[in-house]
Amino acid sequence: AAASKMAAVWSMSRRFIIRSYNPFVNSVRRGFSSCIDPSDGLTDEQKEFQKVAFDFAANEMAPHMAEWDQKEIFPVKTMQKAAQLGFGGIYVSPDVGGSGLSRLDTSVIFEALSTGCVSTTAYISIHNMCAWMIDTFGSDEQRHKFCPDLCTMEKFASYCLTEPGSGSDAASLLTSAQQSGDHYVLNGSKAFISGGGEADVYVVMCRTGGQGPKGISCLLVEKGSPGLSFGKKEKKVGWNSQPTRAVIFEDCVVPVENLLGEEGQGFSIAMKGLNGGRINIASCSLGAAHACVHLARDHLLVRKQFGESLSNNQFLQFKLAEMATRLMASRLLVREAATALQQNRANAVSLCSMAKLFATDECFNICNQALQMHGGYGYLKDYAVQQFVRDIRVHQILEGTNEVMRMIISRNLLTES
Amino acid sequence: MSGRVLVGVKRVIDYAVKIRVKPDNSGVVTDGVKHSMNPFCEIAVEEAVKLKEKKLVKEVVAVSCGPQQVQETIRTALAMGADRGIHVEVSGKDYESLGPLQVSKIMAALAKKEEAQLLILGKQAIDDDCNQTGQMTAALLDWPQGTFASEVTVEGEKLKVVREIDGGLETIKINLPAVLTADLRLNTPRYATLPNIMKAKKKKITQVKPSDLGVDLTSRLQVLRVDEPPQRQAGVKVETVDDLVSKLRECGRI
Repeated sequence: AAASKMAAVWSMSRRFIIRSYNPFVNSVRRGFSSCIDPSDGLTDEQKEFQKVAFDFAANEMAPHMAEWDQKEIFPVKTMQKAAQLGFGGIYVSPDVGGSGLSRLDTSVIFEALSTGCVSTTAYISIHNMCAWMIDTFGSDEQRHKFCPDLCTMEKFASYCLTEPGSGSDAASLLTSAQQSGDHYVLNGSKAFISGGGEADVYVVMCRTGGQGPKGISCLLVEKGSPGLSFGKKEKKVGWNSQPTRAVIFEDCVVPVENLLGEEGQGFSIAMKGLNGGRINIASCSLGAAHACVHLARDHLLVRKQFGESLSNNQFLQFKLAEMATRLMASRLLVREAATALQQNRANAVSLCSMAKLFATDECFNICNQALQMHGGYGYLKDYAVQQFVRDIRVHQILEGTNEVMRMIISRNLLTES
Repeated sequence: MSGRVLVGVKRVIDYAVKIRVKPDNSGVVTDGVKHSMNPFCEIAVEEAVKLKEKKLVKEVVAVSCGPQQVQETIRTALAMGADRGIHVEVSGKDYESLGPLQVSKIMAALAKKEEAQLLILGKQAIDDDCNQTGQMTAALLDWPQGTFASEVTVEGEKLKVVREIDGGLETIKINLPAVLTADLRLNTPRYATLPNIMKAKKKKITQVKPSDLGVDLTSRLQVLRVDEPPQRQAGVKVETVDDLVSKLRECGRI
């Protein structure tokens, strides 16, 4: 009788313990206390933030990441749940509903969330970037009008800079905004807009003045504005849990009150937003690489060939070690860039570019290598590793291509100061 | 019912970690291993915070016994909504031999000192699976106990508790003050929110020594040896039912 009681007690405990049926989730979210422990060097408070983010990723995101990818579902309810925990405006001021945390706290959080679903976390980071731009450059009216709903994710935001004719050469954008009394009239289109069609608030960089960056202003365009329409939903290799569409302005009417900052300040606002955005995207890459190192490790321990488990193969051991080392190097650079940005150090912009360049490249290689280590299984959609590879591939392209990152860094080195 | 709830929280090796036995078989490896709050203690904290949100209790106090590191566990409870924490300092050999009897004596003393109306614990810890502390504490205090609670309702100065038992569910009514132990289905613990984690930093954790509470920590138990469970042996495939029956007879199972 005692034995059966113990069995009953144990089985009840185990039901709780096997929280999710996804076998990779447990090892990923808890990690092993090891050389790549992402909580290493963090303050107690940061470890708490990280723990919540890891738990949320494991319980609310990881079990669904494959379905969201395959069915192209934009997980509104899950993101709003994340917002309830404070993830909607992580570095936005508390007086308008944000969590008021630092860039480093933010990086730690996005890295952890990314282990659950890169695509969704990346969208959340873009949304955060937009909320911060309004918080930082907006008037009190604008901040109180837009930020609270963005922080709760009652409303979603999109960042609109890229156009069909201007990607890396962002300052040559053509979307025009003519002032006419109490409103602006916008004409033009934006391309590749994350959240396009679903978002409620569009942070749009448009031309109010002459050529070049100084002629660009930032306008907040709300969904439902006359003359605002969207292109078809793009079919992408990854990032499928967020819709990507062209945003089209045809004599689109936007109230003058929706000008963010001053006329001519738009490009500067856009770039300042991107500095943080680059750290966030790099952090998402870190999370994916972290997850993939664990997946690879688990696979090496389980898969046997030539009479022994793959983990006994020196080439694979060395490969795993290299992956871990590059992950740590990427993480340190990203966290340092986050700290530099927080402290407004002179080298912050360059560091953010270096971090984005290095981390997105290295982490893609890590995930790709992890896929290779899975052999044929790595190519099947039943296994998560391929989704991480597909999802983070685009991180080397958007928020400033890694080529543009090199431009920023070399300009810093070659400009006489 | 108004007043104070004490919640015991234990810092244990995280449930997802692969446990390893020390080479000298004296215990399990804990150094450098990820620890977190016992899952049943999370459920206990959640229940206490829920009672406070329903305005049925005024204050939730999280208690943990152990060395400096248990303060992390108390902070997690604070981030979930507990108002303050009590860290009962136990370290070294005392901590290694700390068991349900010692903890119950500590909890009983604290319950009296803090004039608590309710004490909620997890039903058991996932490291020792003792399932004793709640019951022993209730006995020491001579308080009624609602163990394996899967549902708790306040009815005036009494508690209606639905308990998970072998035969199914049992509903009992107990007077306050009482001890409850939380079972799996009592609730789903909330995530700490970022603002609450930051607020938790400002909440107080008081340090107390067992001697201050007049508790003697001497253990009556001595762990002789800890071994890994036997390695799972490979099974044997059989072709027919007759083969199966004869194999079962061979190993003396039938």
